[in-house]
Amino acid sequence: MSAPLLSVRGLKVHFPVATGRLFAEKPVVRAVDGVDFDLAEGETLGIVGESGCGKSTTGNAILGLAPVTEGEILFDGRDVAGLTGRDRQALWRDLQVVFQDPVSALDPKRTIAQSIAEPLEIHGVARASRKARVDELMELVGLRATQRDRYPNELSGGQRQRVVIARALALEPRVVICDEAVSALDVSIQSQVLNLLLRLQRDLGLSYLFISHDLSVVRHIADRIAVMYLGTVAEEAPTDELFRRPLHPYTEALLAAVPLPDPVAERAKTARPLQGDVPNPMDMPPGCPFAARCPLREEGCDQIRPQPIEVGPGHRLACHVREREITGSSALDRQGT
Amino acid sequence: MAEPTLEIHDLSIGVGPHNVVDGVDFDIGRGEIVALVGESGSGKSLTALSIMGLLSGSVRQTGGTATLAGNALDLDNDHAMRKLRGTALSMIFQEPVASLNPLLSVGAQVSESLVVHGRASRAEAWDRAVEMLREVGIPAPEQRARQFPSELSGGMCQRVMIASALIAEPRLLIADEPTTALDVTIQAQILDLMRRLRDETDTSVLIITHDMGVVASVADRVCVMYGGRIVEQAEVHELFSAPRHPYTKLLLATIPRLTGERKSELFSISGMVPDVASWPEGCRFRTRCPLATDRCATRPPLEAAGAGEGHLAACWHSDKVEDLA
Repeated sequence: MSAPLLSVRGLKVHFPVATGRLFAEKPVVRAVDGVDFDLAEGETLGIVGESGCGKSTTGNAILGLAPVTEGEILFDGRDVAGLTGRDRQALWRDLQVVFQDPVSALDPKRTIAQSIAEPLEIHGVARASRKARVDELMELVGLRATQRDRYPNELSGGQRQRVVIARALALEPRVVICDEAVSALDVSIQSQVLNLLLRLQRDLGLSYLFISHDLSVVRHIADRIAVMYLGTVAEEAPTDELFRRPLHPYTEALLAAVPLPDPVAERAKTARPLQGDVPNPMDMPPGCPFAARCPLREEGCDQIRPQPIEVGPGHRLACHVREREITGSSALDRQGT
Repeated sequence: MAEPTLEIHDLSIGVGPHNVVDGVDFDIGRGEIVALVGESGSGKSLTALSIMGLLSGSVRQTGGTATLAGNALDLDNDHAMRKLRGTALSMIFQEPVASLNPLLSVGAQVSESLVVHGRASRAEAWDRAVEMLREVGIPAPEQRARQFPSELSGGMCQRVMIASALIAEPRLLIADEPTTALDVTIQAQILDLMRRLRDETDTSVLIITHDMGVVASVADRVCVMYGGRIVEQAEVHELFSAPRHPYTKLLLATIPRLTGERKSELFSISGMVPDVASWPEGCRFRTRCPLATDRCATRPPLEAAGAGEGHLAACWHSDKVEDLA
């Protein structure tokens, strides 16, 4: 495989938390706490996990919308973490984003054509060629030319998301970060937008970082999936491999928890749902972040952070217990007791 | 079957000149979980709110009747409905955190309906609340009862909502998207809890959802809504295995699955959910329906279709649905 287009290495994003006490040391939330992954040209990497797992913060850090505490974000080999001003703006040509809520992503006082033209305007595309480009983009995402002068409130949710996608594609980016891009849409509309994203990828060779809580959607669109839990990647694998052979106990629990649209299969489930809640991210154990809810937990799991190991082609896993099952030993056996 | 807990007959709800819910009929048996499923604008949430007598402003009931355990509900009479809410009827909402009062302790909120309706003293009600919190799976309920909603997670808050909805042993619990705002592992816990409580208490449940996975997980019977009407009604297994309305069939076909081909073109329903002002005459799905003919300009009645008992569909072409998609 050629060099990845986007590489994230040891990414940490820590936010200080206001306590109201002036001289007290501020506690930090470790929203992202050591994340690594690669995204190749034309590939889709899915990032899944529950609220607070750091999946959106990871996307925001890549976009420069969250401060990088530590680590590297390599775009085409160049570290883009912490870029500001002109340099950051130049990066928008290659890196774009589609967020969940198309209503708040669009200016209600701009027409569809004006919204789609905005990035072209900012990046100095001549007015004359802008109109043609807008028409081209509208056709690309399946909007009718008659909708040029409509305002966002005159469109349905699915159409608004098409406008947002058209705008994201205006500068011909190479990577699009989709952060819950279809989550707010009705089921019958969601499949239309997913089909659009797949077609655009085929036609334009786009790479997607597809962040979502919905495993069925991610399974459909992603080539590889990283499962995040409390700021770390618990497991990463090619999509079919992850669903066929989930190894991390959190991945297993997550897959088992998805309600299947099939009453026979759904009622045949025997696994007891994962118990407990995600712990308070300000009060994390030094070891495995999943230890408190883990059915496989052993002594030491909450003290020693498991490091990701490769357990198959492109399959990485961070779990002491499973590591021992596979390799014969883990950091738990090497502790100095 | 014994007398149903809830009977809805020909219910219509108007907003301005339009009936956004248009002649809805269904019933819920004792201890039965019925799902009302549909996309945004289908009228499912308004149907639920009207049964609670919670329509307000320009939204009002324009026709139909509701009966709870044989007694007619006077949905427009706020005084009468107020007596039933929190006793015979309870409701939980999508946003558990927003639905709880941030300034009242959890125990006070769970016990509130007993106190307000004069069914227990404050001290007795508190003890019952602690018991109820234990029953819905909240650890250390004595301590939790003294805490405030902001000190609890979203999943815990939904458990608190369920505890306060069930403390008065209602005949009917209405749950409007109860797990939509929750994480999937927490959703599994709450669905598990709803099934268990139904088995233990015999409460009837109306669950409103857009998620076919949730329907498959908890419902005994399903009503599919589209454009303010019920277009199909069936026992849950039959609805999934042999739908008789094209909308149901196509909706099931559009959902990405955990098995099957990936990255392929997903089936999709053409067009969009129409706005109430542009609902077509006759069958409201006909503008998006591959089976539509001229006949569909006349409203099809909701009538027996399919093999199972109580399987109803509102489609002139329900015998052709099997071959779709």
